[in-house]
Amino acid sequence: MLEYSIVAGILFGVFFGFMALGLNLIFGVMQVVNLAHGDFVVLGGYLAVIAYSAGHINPVVSLVGAFVLFFLIAFALYFPVIPRLTRSKDPEMLSLILFFGLSQIIEALDVIGFGNNPRSLPLAIMGAAPWHFLGQSYQMAWVITAIVSLVMIGATYLFLYYTRIGYAARAIMGSREEAAASGLPVAQTSAIIFGVGIGLAAMAGVLSPFMIGSIDPSTGLGLTTIAFAIVVIGSLGNPLGSVLGGLVYGVSVMLMQTYFSSWSDLVPYLLLLIIVLAKPSGLLGKGVRNA
Amino acid sequence: MLSPGRTHLRSHRGVNALIPLLLLAAFSLAPLVYANHAVIFQMMAFMVLAQGVNLLYGFTGYLPFGYVGFFGIGAYGMGIGIELFHLPGLAALLVGALFAVVVALILSPLLRLSGAYFAISSLAASEVLYNIVANPALTHITNGPYGESLVQSYHPLTSYVAMVVLLVLTTVLVIVIKNTPFGRALLAIREDPVSAEMAGIAVVRTRTTVWILSALIGGLTGAIFGWHLSVFYPSTVFDLSISILAIVFTLFGGGGTAIGPILGSVVLYGLYNAIGISAPQYFELIYGLLIVLLVLFLPGGVVSLLQRRGSYVP
Repeated sequence: MLEYSIVAGILFGVFFGFMALGLNLIFGVMQVVNLAHGDFVVLGGYLAVIAYSAGHINPVVSLVGAFVLFFLIAFALYFPVIPRLTRSKDPEMLSLILFFGLSQIIEALDVIGFGNNPRSLPLAIMGAAPWHFLGQSYQMAWVITAIVSLVMIGATYLFLYYTRIGYAARAIMGSREEAAASGLPVAQTSAIIFGVGIGLAAMAGVLSPFMIGSIDPSTGLGLTTIAFAIVVIGSLGNPLGSVLGGLVYGVSVMLMQTYFSSWSDLVPYLLLLIIVLAKPSGLLGKGVRNA
Repeated sequence: MLSPGRTHLRSHRGVNALIPLLLLAAFSLAPLVYANHAVIFQMMAFMVLAQGVNLLYGFTGYLPFGYVGFFGIGAYGMGIGIELFHLPGLAALLVGALFAVVVALILSPLLRLSGAYFAISSLAASEVLYNIVANPALTHITNGPYGESLVQSYHPLTSYVAMVVLLVLTTVLVIVIKNTPFGRALLAIREDPVSAEMAGIAVVRTRTTVWILSALIGGLTGAIFGWHLSVFYPSTVFDLSISILAIVFTLFGGGGTAIGPILGSVVLYGLYNAIGISAPQYFELIYGLLIVLLVLFLPGGVVSLLQRRGSYVP
């Protein structure tokens, strides 16, 4: 049982790290907590479910479509909303409330468009044969999801560390004012990162029906909280931090499910509270506590 | 806002005294005019909750997404007071209030966090409370996921009167805080905690006091609500949409004023009753859009339209 919990925890952890990656990027570059993050994940999930049930499109193909579609949506959403927010009196709080409103809008549209019933994808799409490891067997869909997640986290890492936009994004994470003063295109870079962040959320959403069982319109807020916990556990702005946070989360949830199953729903919330209260600045860097 | 509060209170004493009196009159007479008492009762409950959120968010800038935690724990304190300690209704209310205050004291370290960290952590805290109360392991205390039934202490009239009293008292409290040095200390903390500390304001004590007051209000509302409902489940009294509605009502009317949350509750709860019960998703869509538009174009709420013109808003 212990081996199973740990290996399954790692598979889930890698996925949840990937799920939190977009939140991490947007938070790092724009100082905006995208409270609608989980709802974009859910939208990605609906895209995969509908593409599969209507057109028998394999979720691996939907991944690409989800990224492109949601990158464009988010890129278009950036310009009317974010610059107006950053100019306002209290950008951090107002953006939190605004994205919370957006999350309500998406949730309502989900109910109107797809109904309240949970939707899922059959695990067998990704191969019916289980994966055997150390005497236990795991769903092939979990393994493929974990591999895709790792590849995407790696790609994001390369994007941030080896492209010009990535350099600019990391400079803005360091200091927005200094980046602007050095002539970096702050607005365009932020818009691209906003698009990438939400595109990654939707990609994780395509895989989410395999990992969380089923999705319904109200799944989003819980996913946002989990993603926030993971971002806080790992370090801000570094994709590898998300992997660390995801692994801590995944393994703790699996261990709790094995040994104290009725308390396992508490894990993400307790982890979040413990981290923010015990070591907020240590794991995050700057500006978390005020007195 | 910078003029001394005492003169403010004196020069606007009439307007300020009028608000609680109007509320008292309106909600004492409303059941005689309007037959659906459940709607009137819930509107009052949301008004009190919105004032509780207002006390915290409007005056200190801490946005409590998990405010429903106090409401739920208050309702369960009430339930435990009646079911386990066999107390009469009004005494059990105090157990509910006590539970909320104890939880607020335990959670007071959350106030060290700012902005989004506080908001999301308070949400996490309310989920923790929900999962503890609803846990099957605690069935002998809270009846776990199977809910509380307080039918032997069901007093619709007493609980209605209790809610009217709580609403009036809470409104008076908000008006008093707004017009005294304590309220200005809170506003100073909201604007800049470090400068407030340097100006001689005891930041930690002041914000902890208002946090406990706000929790007490939420807890009492939950206790009276649970009493009035008499049968409830963890998922009803820890429903996150209770926090959400209270926050939206406050934002719509305008935080940091006494009239804003009342205005927001009357208008939006009225709207909720008109369309929200038969088609909740359309109501959710409308208030989602409303939040986005408010943040972008009217961050101070409806009352800021008056404040901009220089009028005094109670």
